[in-house]
Amino acid sequence: MSAARRMGALVYRHACMYRRSWPRLAEIAYWPTLNMLIWGFTSSYLMHLHATPGVALAAGAMIGGVLLWEITLRAQLGVTIGFLEEIWSRNLGHLFVSPLRPAELIGALVVVSGIRAALGLFPATIIAYLLYHYDLFAPGPVMLLFFLNLLVMGWWMALGIVALLFRYGAGAEALAWTIAFGLTPLACVYYPLSALPGWLQPLAQALPAAHIFAGLRAALRTGMADWGQLGAACLLNIFWFIAALAVFGAEFRRARVRGALLAIGE
Amino acid sequence: MHAIQVTNLTKRYGPTLAVDDISFTLPPGRVLGLLGGNGAGKTTTIALLLGLLVPSGGQITVLGHDMARDRFPALERMNFSSPYIALPGRLTVEENLITYGHLYSVPNLGARVAELAVQFNLSALMRRPAGELSAGQKTRVALAKSLINRPDLLLLDEPTASLDPDTGDYVRTQLESYQRETGAAILLASHNMAEVERLCDDVLMMKTGRIVDRGAPEALIARYGRETMEEVFLHIARSEAL
Repeated sequence: MSAARRMGALVYRHACMYRRSWPRLAEIAYWPTLNMLIWGFTSSYLMHLHATPGVALAAGAMIGGVLLWEITLRAQLGVTIGFLEEIWSRNLGHLFVSPLRPAELIGALVVVSGIRAALGLFPATIIAYLLYHYDLFAPGPVMLLFFLNLLVMGWWMALGIVALLFRYGAGAEALAWTIAFGLTPLACVYYPLSALPGWLQPLAQALPAAHIFAGLRAALRTGMADWGQLGAACLLNIFWFIAALAVFGAEFRRARVRGALLAIGE
Repeated sequence: MHAIQVTNLTKRYGPTLAVDDISFTLPPGRVLGLLGGNGAGKTTTIALLLGLLVPSGGQITVLGHDMARDRFPALERMNFSSPYIALPGRLTVEENLITYGHLYSVPNLGARVAELAVQFNLSALMRRPAGELSAGQKTRVALAKSLINRPDLLLLDEPTASLDPDTGDYVRTQLESYQRETGAAILLASHNMAEVERLCDDVLMMKTGRIVDRGAPEALIARYGRETMEEVFLHIARSEAL
């Protein structure tokens, strides 16, 4: 009960901050909406040029890809920006001497990130439906599994980035904005795994995203879920989440030894 | 049981010895001053007591809990204030106190926040963002936050730094009042010698990571043949022998 209350305290703290900062609120939805407009119009244009079933499938996969990859990006940014907000406000010292456990800090940031992702994607989902007649939920309840896997992938990436912040301080802040974008080519969001050179394919297959988007394209093509790809994504997410937790824990302990928690904002 | 029991505590950063084999105790209901020049090891000692740092050697027991293995039950019963660590500036004073009240699982939180608002003269500031307050107002908010859970042990790092004499006196009065009413133990690091003389039952004098002397302020003043703690401080800080 106390753990839930402590996590709730941090969620409340972030809710208060967003309530009073419209630029922060606008930023949450800005990029997903912008991406949806750009790639949605591109897809419409391609459909206008070649209205074949193949192009229609590719256009649908592109719009779905934009929406779904944004889930991962928003999930990752939600956790890392939530942590950076504590660094920017020089509040970490108070948090780490309160009874808040590191696991509760992660849990609270994950909840904040989930809310941010939902708020950020809502306008893009509506735009996809109204402008491009793309229904994200058309494949059915299986989409919830796609969403969940993409969220988890964003969260373990964020844990790894926070671990780097413990090690290198706020100087590593740029990683929060760039790492997930850097992985986009390997995520196979807009093209199948076979589009990558052979030497890159094993790297892509180590990421849950490549399996999730392969599964999404299969669902769009056949109308049925590809449970093999979803299962592979789940297992990879479990592996990477545990690995990221271990790295986070090790870097947190190291930061307490080095005194980095006292100077993390520098 | 002591509020704090420190035994042979050492903190080393590579070749630098920040805290060098110090031992001391703080009994319940007492106020202990931690004095020393810049770089003496005061802030490092406080960070070690709070669990922000892992010692290189020695043992810290706070409120009966070994801080190396079991620090969270102790953290629930202690609190900390420093003008060098901020509260989220975009949150109002009230939102900050509510946030920390929940973090410390304070019962009847609304009543406790209202009580602190009166005690620290914050009622007119409760709806203002903490980041827009003056230095003195921020310090009062930080102290209110540090008392939110009615701690049995309070660690204060220069609680009246950058305050005008009037506000400083107000804060010291509030701390005395809290300590008298609750019997809490307080560890106070300060450069304000008048404050130390007024608040502290005992003082640890630190220099280059070591405790070079200890005792009640009046006993130290008598031992060094001086008239004030400031003179004692200057003597120790400038003495090569210590």
